[in-house]
Amino acid sequence: MFYRENGQFKTSYRQDQQIFSITQDRWAVLAIIAFAVFAVPFLVDEYLLRAILLPFVILALAAVGVNVLVGYCGQISLGSGAFMGMGAYVAYNAMVRVDGMPLIAAILIGGAAATLTGVIFGIPSLRVKGLYLSVATLAAQFFCEWGFLRVPWFTNDNPSGSVSVAGLKVMGWEINSPVEKYLFCLGFLIVFALLAKNLVRSAIGREWMAIRDMDVAASVIGIRPMYAKLTAFAVSSFIVGVAGALWGFVHLGSWEPAAFDINRSFQLLFMVIIGGMGSIMGSMFGAAFIVSLPIFLNQFLPVLGDWLGFSVSTALISHTEFMVFGALIIWFLIVEPHGLARLWSVGKQKMRLWPFPH
Amino acid sequence: MKLRQLVIAATLAATALTGLLASQAAFAQSKEQFFPALVYRTGAYAPNGVPFANGYVDYLKLTNARGGINGVKVSFEECETGYSTDRIVECYERLKGKGATVFQPLSTGGTFALTEKAPGDKIPLITAGLGRSESADGGVFKWNFPLTGTYWTAVDVLVQHVGAKAGGMKNLKGKKIALVYHDSPYGKESIPMIQTRAAENGFSVDLLPVAHPGVEQKSTWLKIRQSRPDYVFLWGWGVMNSTAIKEAVATGYPREKMYGVWWSAAEPDVMPAGTGAKGYNALVTSATGTSSAVVKEVLAKVHDKGQGTGPRAEVGQTLYMRGLTAGLMAVEGARAAQERFAKGKVITGEQARWGYENLDLTQDKLNKLGFNGVLLPISTSCKDHMGGASAKVHTWDGSKFTLTSDWLNPDMQLINPMVKAAADKYASEKKIARRDAKDCQS
Repeated sequence: MFYRENGQFKTSYRQDQQIFSITQDRWAVLAIIAFAVFAVPFLVDEYLLRAILLPFVILALAAVGVNVLVGYCGQISLGSGAFMGMGAYVAYNAMVRVDGMPLIAAILIGGAAATLTGVIFGIPSLRVKGLYLSVATLAAQFFCEWGFLRVPWFTNDNPSGSVSVAGLKVMGWEINSPVEKYLFCLGFLIVFALLAKNLVRSAIGREWMAIRDMDVAASVIGIRPMYAKLTAFAVSSFIVGVAGALWGFVHLGSWEPAAFDINRSFQLLFMVIIGGMGSIMGSMFGAAFIVSLPIFLNQFLPVLGDWLGFSVSTALISHTEFMVFGALIIWFLIVEPHGLARLWSVGKQKMRLWPFPH
Repeated sequence: MKLRQLVIAATLAATALTGLLASQAAFAQSKEQFFPALVYRTGAYAPNGVPFANGYVDYLKLTNARGGINGVKVSFEECETGYSTDRIVECYERLKGKGATVFQPLSTGGTFALTEKAPGDKIPLITAGLGRSESADGGVFKWNFPLTGTYWTAVDVLVQHVGAKAGGMKNLKGKKIALVYHDSPYGKESIPMIQTRAAENGFSVDLLPVAHPGVEQKSTWLKIRQSRPDYVFLWGWGVMNSTAIKEAVATGYPREKMYGVWWSAAEPDVMPAGTGAKGYNALVTSATGTSSAVVKEVLAKVHDKGQGTGPRAEVGQTLYMRGLTAGLMAVEGARAAQERFAKGKVITGEQARWGYENLDLTQDKLNKLGFNGVLLPISTSCKDHMGGASAKVHTWDGSKFTLTSDWLNPDMQLINPMVKAAADKYASEKKIARRDAKDCQS
């Protein structure tokens, strides 16, 4: 009834090609962004901001990056954690080694370094495909982790191998409070999500999808596999690297190589699979699911125990959290193999017909 | 149909969340001194995390059984971290809002992360025997308290101990020490000190990192078999410890020449190797066993009332005692702060910080609390946040640990300049000024 594009006539190519061509969509996205920027900081408490929303925003950004590579270009990567780490460590080095380096420039330098790493480790993708490629990118993960641990340059010769940053400042704006941190990262997420959304609708995005769907056919119609695959690696690792720099700088403040270990790569891959491959919105759903559900379970289970009248030990909560989380992932994948993004579009479809579905 | 089910599920989840938040609000209203407990009872580090957590919680329960802190009851809440820095940060954020007095992360990686957050939140951190070694310098690290020792003092004590065994420090010249360490900030913290000592005393060091979680050590011990070091220092945690000792048995490296830091010093580490671990040495900062007054009191007032945490048989073990003494330090600092700011009332984390900075656990006080012969007196100040760093060596005889040395003291002449240099480097990186005399009074 309300969600219907009847009568919205497009009179120019510009209108036809805009990101959200349905008026309601456009307003809804604007409303969501406005809500996230203006309302959320006033509505939620510090815990929610620092422990859930901030990691969610940063990991959603990383998931957008991974989705470009895995979801749009079909190249399975297990090296996302390494690219995140590369972004974080190089941004850190840019920060400490160059006096007066602006924060955003440092973060973008981190992203550029991750791009370079991504392209280098993306070269095998020209020859190996599918699961074999995931093993090749796994090498990136181990290689980079080894580098962060062993090459003293990365940690600025810090004996403990842990690095930290302080005094985050953008043009006189000091990013201290949780709200400021949240808004700073949210800015990155909005900009990069819109960029990615536009990119995947463009010629290059179509090339990626053609490669994903059938690379032989794509090369027959004139798409260069090398160019398409390496650009996907480059764009993906740039976004992931920026997310890594934000994770280190803004969320942790001080980190060690373990913050970017293989589990991070899996976590990002699961976000993309659960959220929905080949969907920018799905990346956010996936990130929300993976970030908040374990924490929610961890807090909810003792309360549930209280209601039912028995006290639950900390270890049992933790074990149950893993079991329920795992079971939910399986259940979701059975009910909706195309991820949460698919549910979203099914919901939109139903909204369109509502209230007269027949 | 599917969609409807999902919508119902989401609604149920939202309802549950609301209920959860409501119950949390009820928590916040209580008038008790709140001690958050960041624990890990699961994962690769659980064998060591569990006894520590049991000891910590038992001491808080004992404090309540003794009537609280000047009448103020103590409350606590555990939060499972699994030794992962992400979850430690999440737990910290979750529990700090409930009026946290002090955090004890029991993870060096977590300590690094929380060190950046604590000053903004005005909550002190106790990192007894772990964390950043330079945080002993209270002039820069206002909120960190590495009470009873750091990794640098641990290295120094161990080197001095093996030196004394070799018949004097000069006999260490030309010897070789292998450092088998957990490849993380925790293990790496020890490296600068052992290199300083190596330069000073003329021995050589083999650095042998072991990757998390530490179950794969075959190549490490192969190297040890080839290079035959005179001593092996073990800097492990969790399953890495028991694996290292089992590998030492398998490769035939004499356990008598192995020395563990105080985190590689517990019963769960040597038990899996059984009698094979006989002769293994490690540091402890407090006496263990069930003979001390405080352990008897815990057994009588907590465990006999059915309130005990964990198995009764483990009370008095090495890491349990570490947890117990960690509880002692947390509670006594809060008591000191309470007596200065508001006796008989709940104090804030910021006030508690003063208590930890001016902690004066004299022998007299320790005797009253039942820690006679367990701990040495601890006395902190604005400059010195460590408050003493003596340790003993104990040796596994196949069925139990027995103390085999007297109290050993680190050479602070050697360590203090390193601490100061590292702290100054940190201060200049963070652009923070050293605290002046006036700030010390607050």
